[in-house]
Amino acid sequence: MSDLIVADRLPETVSGPNIFAAAASMVGRSVRLSRRNIEVLLVSLMLPVILMLMFVYLFGGAIETGTAYVSYVVPGVLVLCAGFGSASTAISVSQDMHNGIMDRFRSMDVSGAAVLSGHVVASVIRNAASTVLVFGIAFLIGFRSDADLMGWIAAAGVLLMFILAISWLAALVGVLARSPEAANGFTFFLMFLPYASSAFVPIDTMPTWLQGFSAHQPVTPVIESVRGLLTGTPVGNAPWLAIAWCAGILLVSVVLSAVAFRRRTS
Amino acid sequence: MSVSLPLAIEATGLTKFYGGVRVLDGVDLTVPAGSVFALLGPNGAGKTTMVRMLATLLRPDAGTARVAGFDIVRDRHRVRRSISLTGQDVAVDELQTGRENLQMVGRLAGLSRAQSRLRADQLLERFDLADAGRRRTSTYSGGMRRRLDLAAGLVGRPAVIFLDEPTTGLDPRSRQDMWQVITELVRTGVSVLLTTQYLEEADALADTIAVINGGTIVALGAPAALKKQVADQRLELIMVDQAAFSRVRSELGARVLTAEEAKSTVSVATDGSSGHVRRLLDDIDPTWQLVGHFAVHEATLDDVFLALTGRPASIAGETKEPSHV
Repeated sequence: MSDLIVADRLPETVSGPNIFAAAASMVGRSVRLSRRNIEVLLVSLMLPVILMLMFVYLFGGAIETGTAYVSYVVPGVLVLCAGFGSASTAISVSQDMHNGIMDRFRSMDVSGAAVLSGHVVASVIRNAASTVLVFGIAFLIGFRSDADLMGWIAAAGVLLMFILAISWLAALVGVLARSPEAANGFTFFLMFLPYASSAFVPIDTMPTWLQGFSAHQPVTPVIESVRGLLTGTPVGNAPWLAIAWCAGILLVSVVLSAVAFRRRTS
Repeated sequence: MSVSLPLAIEATGLTKFYGGVRVLDGVDLTVPAGSVFALLGPNGAGKTTMVRMLATLLRPDAGTARVAGFDIVRDRHRVRRSISLTGQDVAVDELQTGRENLQMVGRLAGLSRAQSRLRADQLLERFDLADAGRRRTSTYSGGMRRRLDLAAGLVGRPAVIFLDEPTTGLDPRSRQDMWQVITELVRTGVSVLLTTQYLEEADALADTIAVINGGTIVALGAPAALKKQVADQRLELIMVDQAAFSRVRSELGARVLTAEEAKSTVSVATDGSSGHVRRLLDDIDPTWQLVGHFAVHEATLDDVFLALTGRPASIAGETKEPSHV
């Protein structure tokens, strides 16, 4: 016993938590927790696939987009599911905020940034895995891309950027929410955005009053640029718009979540 | 005195408000290094607020404190490297195994991967969790979770340990185990501040007890000294009828600790020895006609409050302390 717990102080060099080591172990924790939370895992991996099959085989026949509908709809499915996935991020952050474990982290001087980035990185990994799965199955059911390597890299970059921004926004919601149930309500908001965009149907088929919103909301340039980059059609300034939106959302979310975290925990 | 003992905790005038309610009202306390200090009080007395403030999780509205020699506001980062907090809620991840939880805490405390693994092994062994270390903590019993939680608090070898109601909700067996663990811990020279609702627990573990009620310390001293002020045990007398009850109650006057008319029961202080109980019975009921049954009880927190303040402890939950903010 005595050699275990005695105040034989650790050398100074290892007793100060280092932000990168702390963030790395928080990432490890969040990834492990999401891997073991079967429900969340199933939702984040299976739901995108099911949604894609549903859109392609149930609605696809009735929607006229000028291309094979599967090629049209994949970006929309991915964006929709990034919203779903980040809702589970908001819930896990909120659970941490209302659990004794946050007291442990804080009394160990683990920063809010480390805790939140653990959740965000796990969320990005979950979403990236489901994105790969969706592409795999999309190819099996007829998705074809004319994109070159650069096009693929650019599309992946825009998607990743969007997932990162939405995940950090979810972390902010998790910090602010009064309960995990409240954080869950976030799903509905993020679920709505892709529907009112060019994700599933072309915007010019919508009523005029909705077109203004749909054309200028953040999800539309993300979808337009991913679709354009993958089909090898001109994308105009959509990628820049998408990146600007994502960077803006990310910046606001990071700053506000840091402020909110400090407020909520002191 | 030329040699001053180092103090683990030194607090002066700590005050905290929640929405206009004064939850802590100018609390002073000192805990010498290497000793165990118990804050004894009912729910809502301000115990958790006190602990969270000393552990740098809450800022005081007034007053100052030093923990392990560092100011809890200005030097809170250095305080955090010297303490551990084991709260009322178990702070381990249910989806991680016991070992993973300890290794995570080790990494967060700045240990290398190898050091964390070693430390986790040592602590699992020490806390009788070696076999359970590979299982997720969702499969643990309440007692096992508390032990793991305490072990997690020791990973970084803290000098000052805060234990907020370490045995609340545990069965008697697990409580005994926990007491033993805490006792052994103290032998290694760390300082402990614990909160409890049980007089028995404070008595068993602490060098000094502070009785706290309504945000102020109402009594302070070594357990033996406190117990002298308070009836150690009480003799409960169940009277044969209401008439006997009224008569005995008025004859005993101020010696009555508690009286319950509906049950025709009064209680008085005793040391619990058969000689004393016999003398009390003879004294109160010399003709063997008034007392129907009797029982001897350990003094409870309620008895302590009654003895110290002349009124019962404030109703639990009246001023609820948020456990998390």
